[in-house]
Amino acid sequence: MRTTTVVIGAGHSGLAVSHFLSARSIDHVVLERGEVANSWRTERWDSLRLLTPNWKTGLPGLPYDGKDPDGYMTMPEVVDFIDRYARLLDPPLETLTTVLSVRKDGEDYEVVTDRGDWLCRSVVLASGGFNLPKVPPIAAALPTSVDSVTSLDYRRPSDLREGAVLVVGVSATGIQIAEEIHRSGRPVTVSVGEHVRLPRVYRGKDIHWWMDMVGVSNERFDEVDDIIRARRVPSPQLVGTPERKTLDLNFLTDMGVRMVGRLAGIRDGKAQMSGGLHNKCKRADLKMNRLLTTIDEWVAENGLDNEFDPPHRFEPTRVEKSPPLSLDLEGGEVRTVLWATGYRPDYSWLDVPVLDHRGRLRHEGGVVTGSPGMYRIGLNFLRRRKSSFIHGAEDDARDLVDHLAAYLKARTPVASNGQVR
Amino acid sequence: MSKGEINGVDTAHLLFARGVVGDAPAAGDYTWRASNEWVHGTHSRTRIDGYFGLGEERAHKSNYEFEADHPLEFNAKDNAATPVEIVLAGLASCLTAGVAAVAENREIKLRSVKATLEADMNIGGILGADPDVRNGFNDVRVNYEIDADGAGQADLEALVAQSQKISAVFDIMTNPTNVSVSVS
Repeated sequence: MRTTTVVIGAGHSGLAVSHFLSARSIDHVVLERGEVANSWRTERWDSLRLLTPNWKTGLPGLPYDGKDPDGYMTMPEVVDFIDRYARLLDPPLETLTTVLSVRKDGEDYEVVTDRGDWLCRSVVLASGGFNLPKVPPIAAALPTSVDSVTSLDYRRPSDLREGAVLVVGVSATGIQIAEEIHRSGRPVTVSVGEHVRLPRVYRGKDIHWWMDMVGVSNERFDEVDDIIRARRVPSPQLVGTPERKTLDLNFLTDMGVRMVGRLAGIRDGKAQMSGGLHNKCKRADLKMNRLLTTIDEWVAENGLDNEFDPPHRFEPTRVEKSPPLSLDLEGGEVRTVLWATGYRPDYSWLDVPVLDHRGRLRHEGGVVTGSPGMYRIGLNFLRRRKSSFIHGAEDDARDLVDHLAAYLKARTPVASNGQVR
Repeated sequence: MSKGEINGVDTAHLLFARGVVGDAPAAGDYTWRASNEWVHGTHSRTRIDGYFGLGEERAHKSNYEFEADHPLEFNAKDNAATPVEIVLAGLASCLTAGVAAVAENREIKLRSVKATLEADMNIGGILGADPDVRNGFNDVRVNYEIDADGAGQADLEALVAQSQKISAVFDIMTNPTNVSVSVS
C-alpha cells in the first residue's frame, strides 16, 4: 500500500498531526496498535487524573467544552475526550495494527505492520514517550524476597502484598502512588532524587495558569539555555484532584511517609541511600521559589496585585537531620519496591539509524536528524515546555506538519514517465 | 584570564569540553592516580604525578605531595593532618571550585568565598570498641560565607546548592563506591 505520510500512533499527538495533514490535503494513514488513545486506556494506574486543568485540555479544533473547567480529567474522561476527537476528525485510521518495522527504502520509508506494509515519503512517530519503564540497573540486585513493580505495571494499592513499600522516585508518578499506597495501610518510604516541587494553586490560580501567563509553558526548545537538561527535567510534583490539593514531600511527611535519599546501590541485601537528600530538597525549594518570584514580579509589573491573593511562600521541605543511609531489604522491612523512576519510548521497531549511543532519538524540535521526512511528536520538551501535555500537541503538530509539507514540496520528484509522483 | 572572565574560571572552555564529552562519551573517561609510601609510625606520604584523561596520559604542571599522620592522643607524632581531615580538604576544594564555576556562569562576581567544615565521627568504630559504630563520618557539615556583587541570599544558596550537584567529592562522600584493595 502506498501513501504520502504514515503516522504511527493514534493518541492525542498522532490525531493532532492527522488534523493538520488533512487541512493541507496530505494523503496519510494513522496506524494504531490498539484502539484510539491506547496508552491512556491500558497503561495508567486507576486513580490517575491529568496534571493540567480541564480548561487547558484541548486539541486542534476541539477545545474543552465541559462543565468543570477547573477540574482534572480522570483516565476514562481522557479516553472519552480523545475518542470524541477521533470521531470528529474521522481520520484515515487503521486500529489493531502493530508496526513491526520502519526502514528506509531509498528516499522513502517502508512501514511493516502485522496487517500489511506501507510505502510512504514521510513518517511521523507519535507512538508515545512513556512506552517502557526506565528502571535503574541496580534493580537486578534486589533480593528475590522483595517484589519489584514498575509504575507502568502498577494499577492500585490492593494489588501489592501487605507490608512496607519503598517507592523509588518522587516526581508526579512517585508522589501520587506513594500517597495512595501509604493510605492503603502499607507503610511507605520514598527514595528522593532530583525532583521539581510546585504548588497546585498559587495566589488563587492553578500553577499551569501562571506558567502560561509568565511565558514558561511556551518557552521553545531553541530558546532555552540547555535543551538537553530541560528535556530531562522530571515531571513536577503535581496531582489533579477535585479539591486541588498540593501534594509535596511535606504532605507525605505529615501522613507518616518516611523520606530517604536517592537509591544509590543495593549490596548484601541492603539498599544504600545517598547522603545528599538535604541538597536535593533545598534545590527543589529554591527552584520553586524562583518561579513564584517570577510570578510575583509579573503580577507587579502588570499592576495586578489587587486581582490576586497576596504573595506568600510555602514551608521549606522538612528533612530529618540524619536520614537513614541504608534499608534492610531482606529482613521483611520492605515487601515491595515500586520503581517510579521514569519512562522511555520504545523504538525497538525503528530500523533506521537515528538513535544515539544511549538509545535516544536525535532530533531538532521533532525533526529527526539524519533521516529527512521523519518526524517525532509527543516527547518531553520536544519543541516547547508544554510539549508533553495534551494541550501541547497542537502547536507542535502544526509546526511539524508545516516542516513536513515544505519537505514534500521540495522533494516532489518527476518520475521517469514524466508524471509527478 | 581570558576576556570576559570575572572569577577566573574559563566556563566557555568547560562548556566546550561538555559538548565534546557528550558527543564522544569515552573521551570523558579519566583515571586518577596516587602513590603512597609509609614513612614511620602512622606517618605516610602520598605523591600525585600523573593521570589519564581525554584519551591520553597526562602530567600535572609539577608533582604534588601530601603528608598524613595522626594526632598525639593516638600516641602518634602529629607530623601532618589526619587522612580524614584531608578528605574534608578534598570536599571543601571541590565545592569551592564549583561555587566559582557556577558564579562565573551566572555572572556573579565573587569577592570572597570562605567555607568552614565539620565532620563528626565516633572513634569507637576504628578502635573496634563498638561493632555498631561505623568507622567513618556520621555527619558532615559545611558552611559557606560568600561576599559577592549583585547576588542576594537566595542566589548564594542556589550557587552553593548547584555546586553540590556538580561536585565529584560530594558525590563520592554521599554515594557508595566500589573500592578494591589488592596486594602484589
